[in-house]
Amino acid sequence: MSKIVKLISANCGKIRPDSVEDYLNFGGYAALKKAFNMEPMQIIEEVKKAKLLGRGGAAYPAGSKWEQLYEIEESPKYIVCNADEGEPGTFKDKLLMEQDPLRVIEGMTIAGYVFNSHDGYIYIRGEYRDLQKVFQAAIDNAKKEGFLGENILNTGFSYNIHIMTGAGAYVCGENSALLNSIEGKAGRPRIKPPHLAEVGLFLKPTLVNNVESFANIPTIVTEGGEKYLSYGTADSGGTKLICLSGHIKNRGVFEVPFGVTLRDIIYDPELGGGMAEGKKLKFFHLGGQSGPCSSPEQLDTVYCCRAMRNAGLSVGSGAVVVLDESVCIIDYLKKVTEFFIHESCGKCVPCREGNKQLYLILDKLSKGEATENDLALMKRLSRVMAKSSFCGLGQAASTALDSCLKHFSSEFEAHLNKQCPAGVCFTKKESGE
Amino acid sequence: MNEKPTKEQILGIIAKYGKAKEQLLAILLDIQEVSGSNCVTEEWAQLVAKELDLPLSKVFDVLTFYAMFSIKPRGKYVIEICNSAPCYVSKSEEVAKIFQDILGIKMGETTPDGLFTLLYTSCIGACDQGPVAKIGDKVYGFLNKEKITGIINEYREVVSCQK
Repeated sequence: MSKIVKLISANCGKIRPDSVEDYLNFGGYAALKKAFNMEPMQIIEEVKKAKLLGRGGAAYPAGSKWEQLYEIEESPKYIVCNADEGEPGTFKDKLLMEQDPLRVIEGMTIAGYVFNSHDGYIYIRGEYRDLQKVFQAAIDNAKKEGFLGENILNTGFSYNIHIMTGAGAYVCGENSALLNSIEGKAGRPRIKPPHLAEVGLFLKPTLVNNVESFANIPTIVTEGGEKYLSYGTADSGGTKLICLSGHIKNRGVFEVPFGVTLRDIIYDPELGGGMAEGKKLKFFHLGGQSGPCSSPEQLDTVYCCRAMRNAGLSVGSGAVVVLDESVCIIDYLKKVTEFFIHESCGKCVPCREGNKQLYLILDKLSKGEATENDLALMKRLSRVMAKSSFCGLGQAASTALDSCLKHFSSEFEAHLNKQCPAGVCFTKKESGE
Repeated sequence: MNEKPTKEQILGIIAKYGKAKEQLLAILLDIQEVSGSNCVTEEWAQLVAKELDLPLSKVFDVLTFYAMFSIKPRGKYVIEICNSAPCYVSKSEEVAKIFQDILGIKMGETTPDGLFTLLYTSCIGACDQGPVAKIGDKVYGFLNKEKITGIINEYREVVSCQK
């Protein structure tokens, strides 16, 4: 049986992305029409029943988030879509925005109706400027057809969506940093509390959800929360867009129901299709650079938020970077840490300095100059960063390192003895970066 | 060499965004795009600060915080090679080497004719096509020596046609 279930990616590649007519022909806007005949609280109940867990990486229950904002009486409220897809190995929001933007727009419009908000903002990363044009065309056409703007479908409800651009900063994927960036400032994170539901965009109550989360809303409204939940597992409702990259045969975005196994994802012929060059699977990196690395022994773990968490793994953004035996763990971790050094906003010391120090120790390891003391220091530093960094970036920066220390401790030991099992270190010339 | 925009052009960009403070990033990106040197000079930063009624330091805070901005002149075309992990394991460093060899410059440098600047970038969300590079808004995937040579020639031709 096919492991692919297309709930939210069904239109991708089949319709003209900015065509309202095509979208309607494929069942588009049925959810919004239905939503207009529901009480806002009923819609929130369906999202709760659906057990939709945030698709940006944190897997926070969307229904609870919606309920918290609903209980706040202040107005105006803002709807914000986080389309700052910067987690390396993740390119699924791009697919939705590029090929079915109206679904995201419909999801955001339903949210607007639930919270009686009149302005939604989608923050699209600067690296996707081409895509911003496609999305704008979809917004303009939706407006022309009466699905956005003043008095939508003669309901008296008015709602607009504004595109805001990023300019290259991974940290803006953190929701409070993202709001600062929408306000035209440097995207450094804010201290919490207050939570964004209370003090968000322009200091007003704000809902921030990921692109894929919004894309799920029309399906939940149309099919009902219970039905949606039934596609997935008892705790993770529905499907997940996964992004396969690295040394895997079929790279790309796939939609799978929660409940498949990691083995399915990597080896199913319709999904990953196995290793690209016939080499052995060494490990895979899940949920982005801030996610854990997994060993092949964990291949039978069920892909859902709870089972993954119990196994010390995470679904995260849906990224699955597959690495074969030619990759050295230390060399790979250097690359991961380099990324966080570059992307740290510099606001807090544990993240700004911690990542640099981690890199120095990894570099020593890769040159055969590290000692047992360095290894102990690295472990301690990682703990300090996780506990005392200001935002999620620093807190999660050493997650990959920790998981590798757990699964591949022998490879660290080998490097202490100037040996690189993958044959990458000690032979490689420095690129002089 | 590369043409500089006029003050009217810059004012036009600012006006297009309704002089809104929250549009600072979009305004600066547009200015950089027409700058001819892929950067936002202090002159234009001052003009933006004045028009949006922002302190100059705020404008520079943004210009120096986000990776896509430069306050120093760069080539007409900035070639950004992705070196995040998924591309790295797809041999992005070999791609960087090919670009460096063809252009005769190192990473971070600009060719003497002012045409190309070579940089690394963080993930641009095209990991299914790695190794990838981005020039302006255009993404080039599945890179190898043949493709890279073709791309460089293509851009050189565009420029020689414009002359």
